[in-house]
Amino acid sequence: MTAPLLLAEFRDPETLLQAARRAQKAGLRGLDAHTPFPVEGLPDALELPESWLRLPMLLAGLVAAALVFVMCWYSAVVDYPLNLGSRPLNSWQTFLILAFEAGILCAALVGALAFFLGSGLPRLHHPLFAAPGFERASQDRFFLSVADPRADAARLMALLEGIDTLSIQAVPR
Amino acid sequence: MSAPDPAAGLLPPQATYGQLVATVSDRVQRQGPGRAWIIAFALASLMTLMLAGCITLLFVHGIGILGNNTAVVWGFPIANYVWWIGIGNAGTFISAALLLTRQPWRAAINRFAEVMTIFAVAMAGIFPILHLGRPGYAYWLTPYPNSMDLWPQWRSALVWDFASIVAYLVFSLIFWFLGLIPDMATLRDRARTRAGQVIYGVLALGWRGSARHWQLHDRLYRTLAAMALPLVVSVHSVAAMDFAASLMPGWQETIFPPYFVIGALFSGFGMVVLLAALIRQGLGLQAIITHRHFAVMGKVILAGSLGMALSYGTEWFSAWTSGEPAEREHLRFLFTGDYAPLYLAMLCCNLLVPQLLWSGRARASIVMVVAVAVVLNIGMWLERILIIWNTLSHTHLPSMRGVFMPTLWDWLILAGSLGFFAFLMLVFARILPAAAMHDLGKLLYQREQSR
Repeated sequence: MTAPLLLAEFRDPETLLQAARRAQKAGLRGLDAHTPFPVEGLPDALELPESWLRLPMLLAGLVAAALVFVMCWYSAVVDYPLNLGSRPLNSWQTFLILAFEAGILCAALVGALAFFLGSGLPRLHHPLFAAPGFERASQDRFFLSVADPRADAARLMALLEGIDTLSIQAVPR
Repeated sequence: MSAPDPAAGLLPPQATYGQLVATVSDRVQRQGPGRAWIIAFALASLMTLMLAGCITLLFVHGIGILGNNTAVVWGFPIANYVWWIGIGNAGTFISAALLLTRQPWRAAINRFAEVMTIFAVAMAGIFPILHLGRPGYAYWLTPYPNSMDLWPQWRSALVWDFASIVAYLVFSLIFWFLGLIPDMATLRDRARTRAGQVIYGVLALGWRGSARHWQLHDRLYRTLAAMALPLVVSVHSVAAMDFAASLMPGWQETIFPPYFVIGALFSGFGMVVLLAALIRQGLGLQAIITHRHFAVMGKVILAGSLGMALSYGTEWFSAWTSGEPAEREHLRFLFTGDYAPLYLAMLCCNLLVPQLLWSGRARASIVMVVAVAVVLNIGMWLERILIIWNTLSHTHLPSMRGVFMPTLWDWLILAGSLGFFAFLMLVFARILPAAAMHDLGKLLYQREQSR
């Protein structure tokens, strides 16, 4: 069995930020926070890596747009040429509209996929849900979780000395 | 620090995180629907059934039951389509543009505006299919390998329409659902019944508010918002090109795409105002949908009205300056022809009535802003129908001219689509949080920081 998760509870985002900075400075590993809304500055306080979402979205959008453009060109020029009032077969300006729509759509779909892959969701169960009081993480409480085998509740409590901590608990996992 | 309070007039002065969550989620989880909701739901259900009946009749008898004739081949269905997609344009636009420009008043209204978009685009999507003489062949618009060796006609504005509606609908669903995930988690955590926990729990996908997840969520959400703006513009521009890419008098103007986009945002904001008032009253959300929201949206409507005035002016001016007799006669037909009273009524609804909102007192009155919003939506519907009627009734060839007379079925299908839209919105108001709770929390945090 791995070491339990430590979960510290705070009343407001400011306190959580203080605690997160202090824990980060103390060299604790496996830090995460659980908040009802995105708290500005929290990724910095926890030193989370920059997210890489945008690159795959851009690539997917460009590839999809290019594919749709090629499809339009191939069908209109090579496979199914149709003379409509002497308009040029390769009327590429009109193909751009479809290419644009496809690019945006595909980028959005890949963005959603990347979000799910990056976050590990959907994952309906997590040990944290068993922690008493954790249901308020989606409402009005702010939690710091520590998944560091070297840390224990007493050490975390000592570390957070002077910060208004509502509770500290060890969650088995 | 004493920066101005970003949430002034938007949140109750003593609000706490827990209160905000309770204000929104209790309407769904702790309170019954109330009599007004039940009556409205019954009526909307009846109208939805009526729509289903009308559509069945239309499919059995063909489009001969509508007022469409050999002159006016596009009648109510295409006007309804353009009107609905215009309304649908505003929701995602409002949510995305206000997010990117960091407007604090976005928080309480973005959720139902997004839902409005999805439902309105769905309504819009019905009409082109209803209008097809052979609706069973609607799928021919998609490129798929077929034994006939045929490809769709990429140069046709109708194919662009199909692509842009589908892309916009799917995109809006992703954007909306992504924003909804954290709120589903809140409902899951507050649910008292097993069914509520399971249903909202599954929809929340196991969201636990992790900072890592929030970071990805925020990044994706903002990126999608930035992509939404050009997409929104493209969707109604494409609808406009159904008209602009033709040779008919009145239908060959390069102003159409921007003009349609402005009109779309104008009518969409009108619908958001109306829904905001209904949701505020119906769900008792006076604390978070406030006078300030209506005042700000009143200003947007006023700006939209001025944009419309500029568009109409450009339309008239380019018809006159073209020197083309057919164009000039079309212009004369607008003001003196068969539909002149409707055209003047439209100008009154879209240009004159919104000018009331110059007055700060008018903007402070919710009744006033809502009244203007209803009037302008009638005006925008008239605009959509008149764009079709005026050109098709007055083509180059005098022998091909004729007037459109709507039939009972035209009106019933239009009313039915409103009923179906109301039905969907009522269901939404009962099972999902009407406002984005995490965005409200974020707004409250900004206020706390500014103190």
